[in-house]
Amino acid sequence: MIAELGQVALILALLLALVQASLPLIGSFQGRADWMALARPAALAQSFFVALAFGLLAVAFVMQDFSLAYVAQHSNLRLPPHYRISAVWGAHEGSLLLWVLVLGAWTSVLALASRRLPLPFMARVLSVLGIVSVGFIAFTLFTSNPFLRHLPPLLDGNDLNPLLQDFGLIVHPPMLYLGYVGFAVPFAFAVAALIEGRVDAEWVRWSRPWTLVAWSFLTIGIALGSWWAYYELGWGGWWFWDPVENASFMPWLIGTALIHSQAVTDKRGSFRAWTLLLAIFAFSLSLLGTFLVRSGVLTSVHAFASDPARGLYILVFLAFVSGGALTLYAVRAPRLNGDSETPFGVVSRESLLLSNNLLLASACALVLIGTLFPLLADAFGWGKFSVGPAYFGPYFFGLMAPLVLLLPFGPLARWQQADAAGLWRLLRWSALAALAAGALAWIVWREALGWKGALGIVGGAWLALGVVAAWRARAVSPRDVVANPTSAPNRRLNAGFVGMLVAHAGMAMFVTGVLLTESSSIEKDVRLAPGESLTVRDLEFRFVSVASVNGPNYQADRGQFEVWRNDRRIAVMQPEKRLYSGGSQIMTEAAIDAGFTRDLYVALGEPLRTADGGNSASQPWAVRIYHKPFMRWVWLGAVLMMLGGATAATDRRYRRQRVAAPALREPMAHAHLAVAP
Amino acid sequence: MREQRRRRLWMAGAILLGVGAATALVLTALRENLEHFYSPTDVAEGRAPTARTMRLGGVVLEKSLTRAPASLEVGFVVTDRFHELPVRYSGILPDLFREGQSVVATGKLHGDGVFEAQQVLAKHDETYMPAEVKDAIDRAKIKKAQQEAAL
Repeated sequence: MIAELGQVALILALLLALVQASLPLIGSFQGRADWMALARPAALAQSFFVALAFGLLAVAFVMQDFSLAYVAQHSNLRLPPHYRISAVWGAHEGSLLLWVLVLGAWTSVLALASRRLPLPFMARVLSVLGIVSVGFIAFTLFTSNPFLRHLPPLLDGNDLNPLLQDFGLIVHPPMLYLGYVGFAVPFAFAVAALIEGRVDAEWVRWSRPWTLVAWSFLTIGIALGSWWAYYELGWGGWWFWDPVENASFMPWLIGTALIHSQAVTDKRGSFRAWTLLLAIFAFSLSLLGTFLVRSGVLTSVHAFASDPARGLYILVFLAFVSGGALTLYAVRAPRLNGDSETPFGVVSRESLLLSNNLLLASACALVLIGTLFPLLADAFGWGKFSVGPAYFGPYFFGLMAPLVLLLPFGPLARWQQADAAGLWRLLRWSALAALAAGALAWIVWREALGWKGALGIVGGAWLALGVVAAWRARAVSPRDVVANPTSAPNRRLNAGFVGMLVAHAGMAMFVTGVLLTESSSIEKDVRLAPGESLTVRDLEFRFVSVASVNGPNYQADRGQFEVWRNDRRIAVMQPEKRLYSGGSQIMTEAAIDAGFTRDLYVALGEPLRTADGGNSASQPWAVRIYHKPFMRWVWLGAVLMMLGGATAATDRRYRRQRVAAPALREPMAHAHLAVAP
Repeated sequence: MREQRRRRLWMAGAILLGVGAATALVLTALRENLEHFYSPTDVAEGRAPTARTMRLGGVVLEKSLTRAPASLEVGFVVTDRFHELPVRYSGILPDLFREGQSVVATGKLHGDGVFEAQQVLAKHDETYMPAEVKDAIDRAKIKKAQQEAAL
């Protein structure tokens, strides 16, 4: 029953999505209010049926209905209940359904919150989202249907990949998708604006909070994925420049550029075409990411073997959606800028934000080329290649260094024309202090730190002090504000400003964490027997014993490690080697002692045979022991960025009532902006 | 207006220059850091470079895994069922590393004909063979068939 109901719900959702995608759009051209008014109910009903289908699949997992092929493949009787829920999105079919569900969630929230939008605009936005829904619901139904039967039903299922039986998998994909798919909203806004042929201040103001929320979700989604890989893959890496990671990182880079360029369009009316283009690219890259991950064209450390027909479908859909949007852009964009662009000087907030955008876009291009080149080389028969961290690492660093250098100037610089000497006066002590901190750290911890670590401290301190300077300039001494002195209401600490400060502080933390942990981690793979110990820095890791334990659906060897410093025990760590599915799947469960300034990481490799074939209690193991300073800062930085984005999204100016309906029809009013001759 | 146009021209020029420079830089970076994939047959036929980082893929030959008694040094043989290549590695092998299963190793080929691996990857999914490895084995099969036909 469940399978049939789910199937029907999904088909109904597809039909409703077709209505949502077509009638309101047609109505908007013909001025038919009744057709345009269909957008909202159609969108809500479509989302409801998608949610129903998703719920039914979840029920099938919880009740363990092994007559569904998908359930039978990805769970079994011994799977604990909470993992049965996350197993819904543990593989291809279900994760697509999650994609569609998340799109439905965004669509419904938008439909409910968009009452203030003019009807034709709202109809077009929801129709564009409907087109995306049609594409993905059809994709799920026709190539990746999770409701297919397996008859006769199996008595027991296969098993969920043990790597995925984890808290990280419960939260990482939904968060990531909320971000990824969330970029569909600014995309739909951009396309609707292009259809309308008008981009004004109102438009950006509607679009901004959605972009910020999507960006925040994507930020935390990527951070959760990195954290999960760190503790679950068993080798303690947090970022591998793996194609699957790059797939989610590219939309993030463009999304970051987008939220900054939106600020310019919102406040100054400049960069309009560019903002539209970024909105189109952010979502196109999300689609590209979906294609890369879901088509199986990539060889990745994260295994997603799949089927080429699916890849082709997404590729065609990507070409249709992005190609269509870009064509529309090419036709309409030249008309959008017109004479309304306000000129700006070489030293100005605009030019700083332009540098931000160019650097982030270049970084994205760098990642894109490195990710796609192996695919192209293979397709054109140039040979089989892979592009590793040696390519991404240094060049990405090279692009981010100027970004970090310029960042503190951004919030302090005046729009249009800033005073370079004045900027320098505001930041010279910060610059000096940051350099001094780096130099001091270099003198004290030279051995451990390396030049990268010292740079991390300089960069982090520079960014953090930049945040303080920006806050001081706004809140403490308004007279020193180099920012536009005429915009009096801006002196208040509004949510947008506070959010920016928090996100930039997150960036400071992230930069420090990345460079310190990359430069000063100690990673040892050693042969260690119970009773032996290894000293790393001032810590002694004692391997006490190994014991066998039984989990709900696995057996494990559990190691007992004690970490001592100066005759004081500071941690007990219990890494495990687990055997799932009767031993056919082996998993390393690392033990991590997390701290604010350092992580301790112990993982069991494999048991080694001694020459004399010694007994199992004293059998040596291959053991991985890491000391990773400031590891947490990488993710805490990302958490701060997310909080910053979320805070900024609550700014009151986005919620302000539209003054009057005709305001949309007028080009942006520049009169009060005092345009320089 | 003319002032604005001139400024725009400068801006466009600067952006073009920047993009050009970035492209040149990226392409150089790419060329220097590409890791080419080779099979044991490629190596046997002398097509793989020595002392340059590359990737080697194939199947771990059954009963070829050896361990040093007091360290984490391991040795094993990678085969595409046509030619074989000994591999040396020091460190912890991935969970899914098994004899008879596919493996992709990143490292350098030494003059003595041994591949020194810096990283060993085995796929998460045991039923799945990396595309490169499958391709290498297929190529080796075809070559073998051709040679046998020629004999």
